[in-house]
Amino acid sequence: MGGNGAGKTTTIAMLLGLLVPTAGAITVLGADMVRHRHRALKDMNFASPYIDLPHRLTVTENLTVYAGLYSVRHPKARIAELAEALDFTEFLQRNYGSLSAGQKTRIALAKALINRPRLLLLDEPTASLDPDSADRIRQYLQDYARESGATMLIASHNMLEVERLCGDILMMRRGRIVDRGTPAGLIAKYGRLTLEEVFLDIARAEPIAPDERWMPDEHGGPA
Amino acid sequence: MSGQRIWAMAMRYWYLLRRSVPRILDLFYGPAVNIVLWGFVSMSLAGHGSGVAKVGAALLAGMLLWDVMFRAQLGVSVGFLEEVWSRNLGHMFVSPLHAWEWLLSLMAVSLLRTVAGLAPAVLIAWFMYGFSLFDLGLPLAGFLANLMIMGWWVAMVIVAAIMRWGQGAENLAWAAVFVISPISAIYYPVAVLPHWLQPIALSLPAAHVFEGMRGVIADHVFRTADLTDAFGLNLIYLALSSLVFLWAFQDARARGAMLQLGE
Repeated sequence: MGGNGAGKTTTIAMLLGLLVPTAGAITVLGADMVRHRHRALKDMNFASPYIDLPHRLTVTENLTVYAGLYSVRHPKARIAELAEALDFTEFLQRNYGSLSAGQKTRIALAKALINRPRLLLLDEPTASLDPDSADRIRQYLQDYARESGATMLIASHNMLEVERLCGDILMMRRGRIVDRGTPAGLIAKYGRLTLEEVFLDIARAEPIAPDERWMPDEHGGPA
Repeated sequence: MSGQRIWAMAMRYWYLLRRSVPRILDLFYGPAVNIVLWGFVSMSLAGHGSGVAKVGAALLAGMLLWDVMFRAQLGVSVGFLEEVWSRNLGHMFVSPLHAWEWLLSLMAVSLLRTVAGLAPAVLIAWFMYGFSLFDLGLPLAGFLANLMIMGWWVAMVIVAAIMRWGQGAENLAWAAVFVISPISAIYYPVAVLPHWLQPIALSLPAAHVFEGMRGVIADHVFRTADLTDAFGLNLIYLALSSLVFLWAFQDARARGAMLQLGE
């Protein structure tokens, strides 16, 4: 979590190997993402409302192409399964470009789930969805993570979503991780009632002194 | 390398093409209109004697073969631009797709687009003007292969330029081949060019192909050296343009341009 420009999307882009870090290393599922990202990419996937799919291809065609890119076995069955779960069977044959923003969000999620990823990176996963659809999607993602053992990394401004889906929150500001904890732990730590109040405290805080930045210990946990 | 990924990307371009009337028309109308125009020019020259008739045949063959190079180049560079326009690069390159698998799919599609686009023009030349490109015989295969390869490496340089400088450079996809056409010896021999320009022309595979083509049409002689020189040059340029493409791809990754191209 973090305000606009905090570095959430940049972090996701680096984790995916779409952006090369200027310093340091990134290891995902045991693969160095700067040099050997293809070793991990088959087990990862990503959805963002800010990156499109080809508008002139139908939903089925788009998902078939991505099923091929991820070497999915039985792509037709997988697409039908996702269409049923994410409720878009009725517009499988429609051009992606003709869909509403909320419908596109569901297709982007289907594309992100097509290969049953072990690591799922989601940038604003329920953006533009009505409350009913958003609730169904969150339930599906919760069930998917629980049943498959997959890890989800979510960038979101939706506090409800974060509290429901996330067991571990990284608070970011100006490209730095400034705090980390469970939703309940962060609320307690800042003496607030809601995660939104914690978010506002962090977003409106004075500039960060170097020794105040959250740093991982040698096991990757809070120091 | 994964054949499945190459196939998936090729299908992506097929899906786009099959329901788009403007894209299908774009395949055919350029070569068809050109061959009608150059056919009449050739007919007017043929009225002046048999020697000039050979010139007319060379013009038609030159036009058709140059279009092979142009279409091959356009097939790859416009395929890339389709991804830029649809802002799909970010999704493509977080999948296991390798850059060169994508390039191979673009080349395969450009081969099919070139064949499909030129077939009507070849038929028009045959029916309307009695000119058959296949009269070039077996060397035609070598000429076509060289021009396809040249179209591909020119496209790789164009794609690299767009990745480096952004969508503002997309006009290169249509303009680049016109810049090299005067020194490609399509319609006149290299000897016509000023002395200082001739080595530059001969550094291009196309000049050797068209010199070879004129040898077959005018003198009924096939000079193997024309073809081997073209192949040798193409190999060098293909290797260099692959390096330029991969450098531009890595540079685009380092700058995060895959997420921004098309915005």
